[in-house]
Amino acid sequence: MRRILFIVPIVLFLAVVTYFFVAMRGGYNPSVVPSAMVGKPVPAFDLPGPPSPPNYAGPPVKLGFTNRDMLGRVVVVNFFASWCVPCRVEHPVLMGLGPSANVPVVGIAYKDKGQDAIGFLNEYGNPYVAIALDESGRTGIDFGVYGVPETYVVDKQGIIRLRHVGPLTAESVAREILPVVRALQVQP
Amino acid sequence: MLKAPALEARARAISKELRCLVCQNESIDESNADLAHDLRVLLRQRLMAGDTDQQAIDFIVKRYGDFVLLKPPVEPATYFLWFGPPAVLIVGAVGALLFVRRRNRVRAEPAPLSAQERQRIDVLLREPN
Repeated sequence: MRRILFIVPIVLFLAVVTYFFVAMRGGYNPSVVPSAMVGKPVPAFDLPGPPSPPNYAGPPVKLGFTNRDMLGRVVVVNFFASWCVPCRVEHPVLMGLGPSANVPVVGIAYKDKGQDAIGFLNEYGNPYVAIALDESGRTGIDFGVYGVPETYVVDKQGIIRLRHVGPLTAESVAREILPVVRALQVQP
Repeated sequence: MLKAPALEARARAISKELRCLVCQNESIDESNADLAHDLRVLLRQRLMAGDTDQQAIDFIVKRYGDFVLLKPPVEPATYFLWFGPPAVLIVGAVGALLFVRRRNRVRAEPAPLSAQERQRIDVLLREPN
């Protein structure tokens, strides 16, 4: 009985150490806020587009869109801004995402001016099939955005299925985004 | 800032309870982040529109989750968080109490004298001075 009393704290200590070790090894990042919007419908919005489309060779880009425009297919929604440095980091990955998964990627310029957003896309390339401006940042708040870039996967019924905080990398696209997109695409 | 002092006071009180998502250890009341500013404005708009304090808080929790509350709600998922520390304190206090009581008892009741010792005492006490 006495011996057990001495062993209990050591066992508890080891259990806590193991828990932290496993949690931190599993890529757990405590600064990422869990999304309250995953599993919920996309918030209603009706956002204007920039004054002119970006210069790029490809099908015409839709300027301005609403949440209803996204229904009926799996869509990747990317919040970006011309003033956002990590957005420049993820941009090449974003350029490849649409073609590689055959999924429309739409861009919402968060707290940005139309001209600046287009200037950014002219310089780095346009990955979006549709572009909208959220100058007030209110739609961003409705999505639960707390910093750009943020990327959402929305299913055919308009339900948010995944949220990625921070710049996309080739690895996070392959590991997180693509499996979800492909699984949702084959669902009715 | 709202003109009506009562509304402004409510807005200030609520914004002290909401976490700034950008800096995470500051409330939106004290944070300088853009998003904190936007949320303060949003909060005031909700109050102006006639929301109760709880409705205004729920509006933001719906978007950002319980994480935005500096004081997490008491629910099954947070029982450990809320009741863990008091439970550890109680276990420790009970343990300390038992330990101290046992130690005192050992001190208060010395082992009874053996027959030999009694005999020696009897002899000593009977000795004339």
